[in-house]
Amino acid sequence: MPWCFHICIDECSLCLQKIQEDLNKQLLENLVGFLSRSHSDFQEKTTEWTCRMKFREIPTAALVLGVNVTDHDLTFRGLSGILQDNITPYVALLEAKDCPGIKNLMQKLMGQLMKCDIDVDSLEDEDCVQVSQNRIRCSMSSLISWYESVKKKTDSETPSKKRNSSSRHWQSPPVVVIFKDMESFTTKVLQDFIVISSQHIHELPLVLIFGIATSPMIIHRLLPHSVSSLLCIELFQSLSCKEHLSTIIDKLLLTSQFPFKVGEKVLQVLINIFLYHDFSVQNFIKGFQLCIVEHFYSQPLSVLCCQLVDTKKRACSLSHDQCENIRKLQVLSWLKRLKVSVNVVLITLKIILSLCLHVFTSSLPKYPLGKQIRELHCACLENRVWETEEYESSLQLARMLNKTDLVTMLQQCVEILMSSSGKEFDKTSEKLKEFLTQFQNLEEASQEQDMSVLSQKELQKKTDLYHLQKTLLELKESRRSKKLTKFEMLRFEVVDYIDSLVRKYLIPADDRTLHEVVYFNTASVLREHLNAAPRTALHTALNNPHWYLKNQALKCDGGGISNKAPDICIAYKLHLECGRLINLVDWLEAFSTVVMAAEEPNADAASSDQVDDTIHARFIRAISELELLGFIKPSKQKTDHVARLTWGGC
Amino acid sequence: ITNYSVQRQHFSFPSIFIYGHTSSGKTYVMQTLLSTLQLPHVFVNCVEYFTSRLLLEEILIKLQSCSGTEQTSPVRCDSLNDFVRLFKQAVASQELQDQTLYIVLDRAEQLREMEANILPAFLRLQELTDTNVTVVLLSEIVWELFRPNTGCFEPFTIYFPDYSIGHLQKILTQNHPPEYSADFYAAYINILLGVFYMVCRDLKELRHLAALNFAKYCEPVVRGEANERDTRKLWKNIEPHLKKAMQTVYLREISSSQWERLQHDGGEPGQLKGLSAHTHVELPYYSKFLLIAAYLASYNPVRTDKRFFLKHHGKIRKTNFMKKHEKTSNHLLGPKPFPLDRLLAILYSIVDERVAPTANIFSQITSLVTLQLLSMVGQNDQLDGPRYKCTVSLDFIRAVAR
Repeated sequence: MPWCFHICIDECSLCLQKIQEDLNKQLLENLVGFLSRSHSDFQEKTTEWTCRMKFREIPTAALVLGVNVTDHDLTFRGLSGILQDNITPYVALLEAKDCPGIKNLMQKLMGQLMKCDIDVDSLEDEDCVQVSQNRIRCSMSSLISWYESVKKKTDSETPSKKRNSSSRHWQSPPVVVIFKDMESFTTKVLQDFIVISSQHIHELPLVLIFGIATSPMIIHRLLPHSVSSLLCIELFQSLSCKEHLSTIIDKLLLTSQFPFKVGEKVLQVLINIFLYHDFSVQNFIKGFQLCIVEHFYSQPLSVLCCQLVDTKKRACSLSHDQCENIRKLQVLSWLKRLKVSVNVVLITLKIILSLCLHVFTSSLPKYPLGKQIRELHCACLENRVWETEEYESSLQLARMLNKTDLVTMLQQCVEILMSSSGKEFDKTSEKLKEFLTQFQNLEEASQEQDMSVLSQKELQKKTDLYHLQKTLLELKESRRSKKLTKFEMLRFEVVDYIDSLVRKYLIPADDRTLHEVVYFNTASVLREHLNAAPRTALHTALNNPHWYLKNQALKCDGGGISNKAPDICIAYKLHLECGRLINLVDWLEAFSTVVMAAEEPNADAASSDQVDDTIHARFIRAISELELLGFIKPSKQKTDHVARLTWGGC
Repeated sequence: ITNYSVQRQHFSFPSIFIYGHTSSGKTYVMQTLLSTLQLPHVFVNCVEYFTSRLLLEEILIKLQSCSGTEQTSPVRCDSLNDFVRLFKQAVASQELQDQTLYIVLDRAEQLREMEANILPAFLRLQELTDTNVTVVLLSEIVWELFRPNTGCFEPFTIYFPDYSIGHLQKILTQNHPPEYSADFYAAYINILLGVFYMVCRDLKELRHLAALNFAKYCEPVVRGEANERDTRKLWKNIEPHLKKAMQTVYLREISSSQWERLQHDGGEPGQLKGLSAHTHVELPYYSKFLLIAAYLASYNPVRTDKRFFLKHHGKIRKTNFMKKHEKTSNHLLGPKPFPLDRLLAILYSIVDERVAPTANIFSQITSLVTLQLLSMVGQNDQLDGPRYKCTVSLDFIRAVAR
């Protein structure tokens, strides 16, 4: 079991890595271009007049990354990696939380820069670094002297073994400083840093990169004009995270390469978390990986979840227990090998077909089946798609498409089908091609057709969102009035064929035998893990301890307070009944009453006014536990009172 | 440029305070003066050496190197006492007693933020070290703002007034490009100042702008459509261009290198969107609602909550005793802090479906704080009852709410 899990998860991460690299490629290329440009300006610092006249601006890239802060880390890591490979070994990543003052910032900056120097020079001047580590003089001048020395060193050692790496870098590589989260830096630190470094820009070729989550306006808000005039800012926009997500879904879920699939509900949970909560692709991927883990952990059949070729092999080697499991799922064991393979093939077919259907529906007005392919995918997973109203209406619309659109769509479908290597679709694509040729023939024939048909075609071309109803009516009339033209006949035929394909292949996963092998469908587990509700959980634990402790004695009977519950639960329940300010003495009274209720026999002993010391101690402990959990806090408004912190009292 | 040839060689006043607006030539005058007269001097920028220790050590290092002795041993100087001692040593070792040593502290307003004894000590350094030294402070603000409340030695103050338009023109014309005549360039500067003088008197900035746009100005001459005397034609050519530059480059909406490239290609700046064009921020669904809820909580008084967000709030009693200041718009008063629970309560009431108080919601609040859309008020009790403020504007909220 573990090895097939590993194969699966490795494949997944490999796939993701590739996707991410591809997505960031464009952005990173732009940035690298910018950096090299800014550098070349520095290089050809001649005695040219304009250069003398302009005061040096620090080249700055403003990188707008969107609000999904958790994803930024990956982007920046990729960025600094690429920079180190292609442009300069000197890259420093600064985070706001490390730099509360200019002093810390300089320290951090120098530390990072000098460390990457060590990596390059492979510990040859360790002693000198050791000295400076202790009493580092964190100022720009020492940074400059360091830079000078490094430059000299690389110049002298170019003929050495590092020929390759140093030839990729330029003679005097720029120093890149990346501010990861521009918003969180304090204004003063940034201002000071920029002012200082602008004074030394001639000696130290500095390039800044601002990571911005919200909007570039933040630069103007953080920096006054006197400072921002020292910068030469260029803007770079990263891919929107929604696009990012849909690419990942396309590549990961809507392909046949990757055997593991998630069910409709699970996908819905993941997408909802993404759209409603954090926009974080990183979290989406983590959730997806959690699905894989959960699937392999809880589903015994998951051993069969692998590439098609391996499936047969593994199916043969199934143990008796596993066979029993399968039989429980009402599958005849002698059929299993066949079915499994057929099943996997069917799923592949299904995905490809849904792509085709997407090609069809995405060009229809109003997007009855959703704009994004993932919506369509969800719909297909959920239930029989041909029973939905949306499907009905989209077919209706498809029956009214004009010829050029229809032909292009058919061509697209054929392309998709051809690109998928499966043998099963040969027949389908043949059929579609046939349709295409028929259309071509029709075109030749139509030139000789009478005017009425032409006019009708024009009518159909006008079919857009607003004239929809009108056209429908007209069409009905025309249909009633005259016989269907050849073109219309053909169109109906095509649409019907597509419809039959859909009915044949796009069966919801639940109806399939052995869908458990590849589909993960327990959304509730996932929701519990990913979208935790700490407040609710805490409330349940304290209000209804039976839920977690599974102790029969604790089973609650409605609203009453059982005295067998832990002390903290009793105190919590009592405090729920109070207002914003709670009198401690009253609370203690109530507490002791509840606790004493059990020890009925020696009630007369407790009837004395004095509360028992043990009960008092237990109460105090419960109270302090509640305070620790953040339900109450000591109040200064009244003596002997505590304030309630949770809302909903009153 | 040295309109102010101050004759300062012979007197050694303990400290001189020079102030004037940005780029009125203070630093430049001091530097040229000291170097042309070959006076021993130390020039230090106080922003760069942000702690007193760094500042003092830097002065000592510069002092060591300025007289040519090449032994820049690591100096260690933790307090002013050490500084005075080491300073005396340095001066004695380099035979500087017979002439006045100048220490120039640029951007001296930073000194106020260092330890309290730094500024007074620098002002009477002559007395403390018993050497012939003058401390020159350069600053953009007046001396009155410097004076510590414990009292100190009053320096000799000199004011550098702003350049007038005539001065600016003269200075800018002085470094004209070698390929063109001074007159031609002067005409260009004239036009440039006509456009920019209203908004910008900063010499540095003007120089920068002049350099950026000069190529465009020369274009007709290069093409041979006009000669250098044809000022009117040139003016017609450049004026709209300069105006465009004022709207974009000056405000740093687009960077100067982008501007240059644009000039090169001859394209329209309309294609290049400035920084402020990208104001739209995409937020997750619940973040939007959280932000809106925060905005409502910040700008609405607590007592109206019941009225706005409860379905059956009962009849609104007319309050006759509404005070006058409450009628002023809440937007003028700025956002007010609100507790977390109120934020959540409003959130529950403005979102249609049921919202579970999940960990994701709470983490979203924190991430809004890091994005500086909300800000936390009162750092001390984060656990007990965090209070927030909404820091975004009405326009932003409108865009989000759409």
